[in-house]
Amino acid sequence: MDTAIEVHDLVIERGKRTVLHGLSCTIPRGSVTGLLGPSGSGKTTLMRAIVGVQIVKSGSIAVFGEPAGAASLRRRMGYLTQAPSVYADLTVRENARYFAALYGMDAAEADQAVADVGLKQAAGQLVGTLSGGQRSRASLACAIVGNPDLVVLDEPTVGQDPVLRDELWKRFHEMAANGATLLVSSHVMDEAARCERLLLIREGQLIADDTPAAVRASAGTDDLDEAFLRLIRAQEESPKRNPGRGPSRSAAAPTNTGESR
Amino acid sequence: MNPRILAVTTGRILRQLSHDRRTIALLLLVPVVLLTLLYFMFDDQPQVFDRIALVMLGVFPFIIMFLVTSIAMLRERTTGTLERLLTTPLGKIDLLFGYGIAFGIAAAVQAAVASAVAYWLFGLDTQGSPWLVILIAVVNAVLGVALGLLCSAFARTEFQAVQFLPVVAFPQIMLCGLFVARDQMVGWLEAISDVLPLSYAVEALQEVGVHTDPTGTMWRDLAIVAGAVTVALVLAAATLRRRTA
Repeated sequence: MDTAIEVHDLVIERGKRTVLHGLSCTIPRGSVTGLLGPSGSGKTTLMRAIVGVQIVKSGSIAVFGEPAGAASLRRRMGYLTQAPSVYADLTVRENARYFAALYGMDAAEADQAVADVGLKQAAGQLVGTLSGGQRSRASLACAIVGNPDLVVLDEPTVGQDPVLRDELWKRFHEMAANGATLLVSSHVMDEAARCERLLLIREGQLIADDTPAAVRASAGTDDLDEAFLRLIRAQEESPKRNPGRGPSRSAAAPTNTGESR
Repeated sequence: MNPRILAVTTGRILRQLSHDRRTIALLLLVPVVLLTLLYFMFDDQPQVFDRIALVMLGVFPFIIMFLVTSIAMLRERTTGTLERLLTTPLGKIDLLFGYGIAFGIAAAVQAAVASAVAYWLFGLDTQGSPWLVILIAVVNAVLGVALGLLCSAFARTEFQAVQFLPVVAFPQIMLCGLFVARDQMVGWLEAISDVLPLSYAVEALQEVGVHTDPTGTMWRDLAIVAGAVTVALVLAAATLRRRTA
């Protein structure tokens, strides 16, 4: 397995609260990894740390062998923030073309990204006049434009129509098949099954780091929702297996149970 | 700094402005309306009109660009576009200069329209060239942009951002020599006035008013304003953090 991202013992504090408690994981290259967990579990914080905009207390993150946030990585990375981050007073096309131009891509690639997110009809419309779902797709177009090597998407499919959601997931897998690494967060479990690997976090701790099949097997159920519930209960019942802090703690436990099926 | 990224960022900011027709209309019309008021206020005192209108031509762009920029930059911060931009190859300087150039261009258009009206319609009389007036107006506008970029870092909401206008702009306007000549002020007021950039901008305009050719004092004053712009931009760059809590 070729590694794209390596997170080691990451501790992040926001305000007085510790959001991530020594989290470690690896994300393979050329795949779609799902980052799942309830809201407030630390998904967005982990993603912000990976793209290099989050202040980190301790621990390390390597992206393609370089420290997260390195200037050279910014050319290879697309990031979708949870709230749409596009200019409301520009059209969809103008937004996509601006972000494309920042990466040295031309207008044709921007227009392609707009078509990929199903906004071809609305390309000439000001983003401020779009519906919420369309607006987040406009933001998505700006994150995937030009097929970056690393694509970090914070809840890209929330509020989207099921047919469109299906198309978007196909597009994500197409990008992965072409060598891109995708990290996609969601709090909807039915999307977990579409990922090649899953990271489940809860209250800033990693509960599972495995393939969907292995997660199902280790929990002894075919239903991913139920599987996660069982993993969470198992973790709560045996706190000794996952002490709160400490450099020796890692995600090894759930991974091993997964592979020993 | 990357010239291509700077150019597309400047273009993006101008495009945002171009979609906002009402703002463009206000930018162009408000100075003209205020000049009209001034003209009729000093109907029978053309010298007073000349003195005040000349200074107003330089002060409008400063105030207006300060306001526009602090709101625009605050929006970049609050809507998440700033965080998004800082994950791209865009450099901080590209963004700050992009704002400076884009609003500098807007200010040049504004100053040209206001000066044309002042000179042709209202018979404004200066010894020096109207082009120098426009040049000083644009430098003042860029000063407004630079201070606006800096102040936006200290505001969390648009309500707070507009409150910086009385804090940053009003003292400079009161002490710039428009109401009381600077050398007639109490010593400590004059000392404050000496460190405020707008005082030099106004002095430069007054030089254009009374001298046919650009004077050394005018160029020195412009250089001081440009220096203040640089300091404000450097401080603004320091407030742009890639990593936040």
